[in-house]
Amino acid sequence: MPAFPKQWLWGLIALAVFVPLLQPVLPDVVSNYRLFLVSTMIIAAIAVLGLNLLTGFNGQISLGHGAFYAVGAYTAAVLMDKLNVPYWLTLPCAAAVCFMVGYLFGLPALKLEGHYLALATFSLALAVPQILKYKWLEKVTGGVQGIVLNKPEVPFGIPLTEDQWLYYYCLITMLALFWAANNLLNSRSGRAMMAIRDYHIAADTMGIDTALYKTVTFGISAAYTGIAGALSASAIAFVAPDSFNLFLSIKFLIGLVVGGVGSLAGSVVGGIFYVLVDNSAQALSLFVKNDLGLQFDLSAYTIFGILLILLMYLMPMGIVGGVYLAVRRLRQ
Amino acid sequence: MEQFLQQIASGLANGAIYACVALALVMIYVSTDHINFAQGEMAMFSTYLSWQLMTWGASYWVAFAAAVVLSFILGVIIERAILRPLHNAPVLSVVVVFIGLLAICNSMAGAIWSYLIKEFPSPFPKSSFGIAGVIGPHQLGVVLVTLIVLGLLFAFFRYTPLGLAMRAAAQNPSMARLVGVRVDWMLALGWGLAAAVGAVAGVMVAHIVYLDPNMMGGILLYAFAGALVGGIGNPGGAVLGGFIVGVLENMVAFAGNQIEKTTGIYIIGNGEKLTVALIIVITVLTVRPAGLFGRVVVKRV
Repeated sequence: MPAFPKQWLWGLIALAVFVPLLQPVLPDVVSNYRLFLVSTMIIAAIAVLGLNLLTGFNGQISLGHGAFYAVGAYTAAVLMDKLNVPYWLTLPCAAAVCFMVGYLFGLPALKLEGHYLALATFSLALAVPQILKYKWLEKVTGGVQGIVLNKPEVPFGIPLTEDQWLYYYCLITMLALFWAANNLLNSRSGRAMMAIRDYHIAADTMGIDTALYKTVTFGISAAYTGIAGALSASAIAFVAPDSFNLFLSIKFLIGLVVGGVGSLAGSVVGGIFYVLVDNSAQALSLFVKNDLGLQFDLSAYTIFGILLILLMYLMPMGIVGGVYLAVRRLRQ
Repeated sequence: MEQFLQQIASGLANGAIYACVALALVMIYVSTDHINFAQGEMAMFSTYLSWQLMTWGASYWVAFAAAVVLSFILGVIIERAILRPLHNAPVLSVVVVFIGLLAICNSMAGAIWSYLIKEFPSPFPKSSFGIAGVIGPHQLGVVLVTLIVLGLLFAFFRYTPLGLAMRAAAQNPSMARLVGVRVDWMLALGWGLAAAVGAVAGVMVAHIVYLDPNMMGGILLYAFAGALVGGIGNPGGAVLGGFIVGVLENMVAFAGNQIEKTTGIYIIGNGEKLTVALIIVITVLTVRPAGLFGRVVVKRV
């Protein structure tokens, strides 16, 4: 897939930077709630990017990235709650912890391929809430109740509201992480990652240390998703074990598949998409009940499930890939 | 000692459920090389169907049989409609479709029957059934019913021409096709049977874990563990593996309780059941992926 046109990219970034500043002028359009919603989309995009690095660019299937999200969120929460670490310092800490956890999980994953890896990570996703409730961790993690946190404070007396600052905090993190991912993928290491995905054995014979690359990619991927988790802990100002269930991992998978497996821009699309559907499910359900007259609660996961299956048939490359193919076909 | 026996007995009852779900997983895995992540949710859906029939007035066993038959039909339809086109698709696509199925089953059950936990009746008489102090009536009933189902399945695969054709289709599709077996339909039948066996497990376990859309999560995880311990390519092994992990699960919790009683240190208990299953899954996958009774498959590069 060709790179996204540079001018467009700068335009989008400029838009993302300046629109929130219009809040005093257009308080209805740029409401606090919408800013918060976009912040969660940004966080989702980072999490999906993490999964994409592993599954899309390295070919290792993970159905358990919610686990790394949870580790990131809890690392941040515990650091802020127990050790009074400033919130911005929790991001590198969460990244380091998640890198280690991901790297360690990547070691047994080396022996697993395809369905078996999916099975192992699926089991991980199912077990995460219970692991977080483990009695010995209760003193630190707060058990079932979880941990209540404070929202990030605006630093240096910058004249921004809390939600605006949260938005910029997420945006800056996302831009840095996407820039780093882009550079990684365009480097020798990135090409090695993709070579392993495309043909494992050929990559091996070309002299690529596949074991090292696969485990390190697992670590990096976990670190990305962990950073997203840490950001979400600050944003929601709360962590609790039962929010890190299997369905969180399924949401990341949705983001990955909708946006496009192996596409950086797709990770953003996917993140935006799943937050949007998740948030509008209630409205959709009401629409189905009142306007279509069906006595039926439409849940976000019904939509997710149907989309997952349809996309696999119609657009296996995701929406970004599908749009790109459509444009190319039209031009011909 | 009595407690110990009780734990083993209830472990066997749980194990019977795991064995059923593990067998359903293996039946699909053997014929298509797919791991059905939606198996648990499909069984949950079947259980709701039987519950619905019971609230409409059907007796337990009628509802049970109807749910099994309906699940069989649903399984065949799912295979024909959703999985058939993906026969040669990459692993990721197949996994994603299974996860999609899981999400659909779970949310549809929640939408139709709500997420409230429901009680599910037990058909086994409380007074005259079971062995006092060792095994409760429902647990004994579960073991018996699953043993009957497993026996019937064994007889079907071993002694009927259709069973033979299904085994042939699973083992060597192209050769089976050459001798006139309709391989496509055999796969669909396999799916239907797997869904039906899953339904048996779901209806049997619902009295123990109560009926709610997320009831099968932990059971599916243990079924995975059971299938892997026994060997995911080996039906008999998977059944045995299901029983093994069922007993193991209770033994671990029992040992944890004993340790806590004697030394006062909490290590492991009922709250860590899924973690134990996760450890079993990962250990088996990394140490001996073929399981205890599976054959090691040599892959040609």
